[in-house]
This record gives sequence, structure tokens and C-alpha cells, in this order.
Amino acid sequence: MFDISPTEWTAILLSLRVAIIATLVATPFGIALAWLLARRDFWGKSVVDALIHLPLVLPPVVTGYLLLLTFGRRGLVGAWLADHLGIVFAFRWTGAALACGVMSFPLLVRPMRLSIEAIDRRLEQAAGTLGAEPWRVFATITLPLALPGVLAGMVLGFAKAIGEFGATITFVSNIPGETQTISSAIYSLIQTPDGDTAALRLVIVSIVIAMSALIASEWFARRATQRLHGN
Amino acid sequence: MLRVDVTKKLGEFTLQASFTSEGRVTGLFGASGAGKTSLINMIAGLLRPDRGSIVIDGETLDDTAHRIHVPAHRRRIGYVFQDARLFPHLDVRQNLDYGRRMNRLADDPAQRARVTDLLDIGSLLDRRPGRLSGGERQRVALGRALLSKPRLLLLDEPLGSLDEGRKVEILPYLVRLRDEANVPMVYVSHDAAEMRQLATQIVMLRNGLVTAFGGVKVLSSAVSPV
Repeated sequence: MFDISPTEWTAILLSLRVAIIATLVATPFGIALAWLLARRDFWGKSVVDALIHLPLVLPPVVTGYLLLLTFGRRGLVGAWLADHLGIVFAFRWTGAALACGVMSFPLLVRPMRLSIEAIDRRLEQAAGTLGAEPWRVFATITLPLALPGVLAGMVLGFAKAIGEFGATITFVSNIPGETQTISSAIYSLIQTPDGDTAALRLVIVSIVIAMSALIASEWFARRATQRLHGN
Repeated sequence: MLRVDVTKKLGEFTLQASFTSEGRVTGLFGASGAGKTSLINMIAGLLRPDRGSIVIDGETLDDTAHRIHVPAHRRRIGYVFQDARLFPHLDVRQNLDYGRRMNRLADDPAQRARVTDLLDIGSLLDRRPGRLSGGERQRVALGRALLSKPRLLLLDEPLGSLDEGRKVEILPYLVRLRDEANVPMVYVSHDAAEMRQLATQIVMLRNGLVTAFGGVKVLSSAVSPV
């Protein structure tokens, strides 16, 4: 039962790689957007907010198809990236990472935004009176105080990315060793005769990964409260 | 020398203040709601006047006629807030060092030792603000503002959030600060007794207007604003 086969290992490691890369690349964008949404009023803010949340409410297959239309070989952005920079997303693991990044983005941004909103802006004012330019206020006060929320957002985004299925399989298909993540491997296994045991193994693995991510996120949230109270 | 001549509309309330002070400690005296905090927020650069100018030692910090507004972080004006506002994620030592780092000043251990001695905060250096009493917090906030080497120090009711016992504990430090630190101060309070002990010049505010200006004597002619 607990004898994980090489194919399954490949899927597990690929899932981890896809989710880690997706989270790491999405994080700087997530912090920037969280800050913009928490601190700035600009024209079209509610549209930006809605766009970020769209993958949460759209059927994943729709998001995947839109990604294929945009970033596929013949897609508007995809063709340009392939011709000019040699970056290809379609049917590659990088495409899986892109799909996971887009799908997990709303979950990644939310805790970051909440933690930035929770910061007492008067502390930032105080930093200003002590001579800190705005970007240094951000680097020395805002970001450190928001750090637990930033980490919580990363963990949540990672957990979502590792479980992503619909958009990924639509965009980059289900190629073992290239785009077959845990989810798509489970999907294939339960359609195969005698695949039940292997599927169950992967189910347990994904539960363990998701649970660890949630526990980690809970721990970061507790740290956040302590930090803001200055103990 | 501090020269202020500003107008600012805040909702229904209009603040219109004009005074010049050369005192070591300029006391801004008035009841709550008189516009004291808005006025020093303008001096600090945290609030922008609708009209008028603010000049310190010949340097114009605000002049709406010439569209001059120096942002707070370039004013070199220290600010001690009523609620201390220490950075909760930094310990006392890092809080004290913050202004020096942000102003890219050279390390000055002698100055640091002087200020920690003056305020008796040497034993608190490794603590986080969450583990300080209200009075200790306020002393650290004073030290933090002083160590950024400001040319003017603003104090907004620094005793306001403390109970009577703590006030008596902090007041002597403020007197020492006035006599030894060599930084001109603007001290905001609604407490006439504090003003008598600390201020060398008084600006009296009422409903957004300066009603009296002069030595500490003007306090006795005033009806208690509280």
C-alpha cells in the first residue's frame, strides 16, 4: 500500500515544483497588488479587484481555456513569447505553473491585503517623521509587520496550487513527467482498472500536503497577532 | 525661529493660526478640539495647509503661494505622539536607532549614551515595546525622536495617555530635556500646570484661532480651558 511507484513520485515531485514556482513568482505581484488595493484609491480599482477574484468563481475549465487561447502556441501572448523570448507554456510544466499561479492568486492576495490593511498607519507616519522615505517606510515598517500575512498568503496559494486540476488539465493536458501533477495522476488512475490503490496513495499524499500547509498558515496567523502586539 | 501662518478647513472647523516663536519651548495651549494637533501635524508635514506658510530658521517648509510643501521625511522635525507609536516589531534599541539609520547619519555612541542616560532607558534596550509600561514607552519615544537629530521637536500631549502618578514620573525628564538637549520644542497640552513648568512661550488656541500669545503669564489671564 505505501510503496510509492516511480511514476507516482514523478507526479508528486512535479506537483511540488509547479506549486513552489507558481507561489514564488506570484508573491511579488501579490504583495504589490495587495498594497495597491489596501492603500490606494485609483480609477478602476473595483475592476482590478474583480479580475483577481475571477478565477475563484469561473469554472476552472474556462480559465484553462482562456489561458490556452492567450498563452497557447497560437495565442496572442503565447506566440509572441515563443517567437521573441523562446518561452513556451503550452503542454509544458511551466504552463502548469502559470495555470496554478493564476488559479491560486486570489487566495494568495487576500491574506496579504488583510494584513496590510490591519497595520496602524500612524506607525508609518511616525517612521516618516523620523526621516524614512516612503519606500523605506514600506521596507522597514509595512512589510515586516505584514510578513505573517504575506507568508500565510503564500502557504494558502501553495496549497491551492498543489490541488489545482481543471485549469491545468485544460491548458497543458495530462502528460506524465511533464504536466501530470498529483491531481491529474489521480484522475488517470481512477479511470484505469486496478488503479484504485495507487489513486488512494496519492489521495493520502495530497491530504498530508494540504493539511501541513493549512497548519503552517494557522501558525503564521498566530505569529502575526503576537507581532502586532509587540511582545 | 518658527514662523507659522496657516489656514486649514477640516470639515466644519476652520483653523487659522499665525504666530512667531523664538522660545526654547513653545507651548500650544488649548482645550481639546481647539486645533492643537492639526496645527502641529502641519508643522510636521503630516497635514497640508490650505493656505499660508511655515518657516523654520529661514527655511520655508510650506508656502502655498509658491506651491512649496516639504514632505515630512525631509523636514528633520522630531515628533513625540501622545500614543508613543513605537514600532512593535523592533526592540527598544532598534527603535532608538531607527531615525539615525533612516537619515543615514553616522553612528554616534556618545550621543546615544547621553540620551539613554537622560531618559533612564538603558535597562530597557533589549525589550519589545509590548513589554514596556506607558511611561517607559513615552520615554523611549522621546529618545527615538531626539536621536534622529531633529532641528525641532514636537510633543503632542506626551503625558496625555498617562495617569497622574506616571505624569509626575515623566515630567522631570521633559524639564531635563528642555534644559540639556538643546533642541527647540513645541509642546502641546491642555494642562496649565504642565505648561507653567515647561513652556517658555505660550500660544493659546481656541476654536481654531490664536487668542493670546506671550510669556507664561498669559496662562493666568486665561480661563481654564478644560
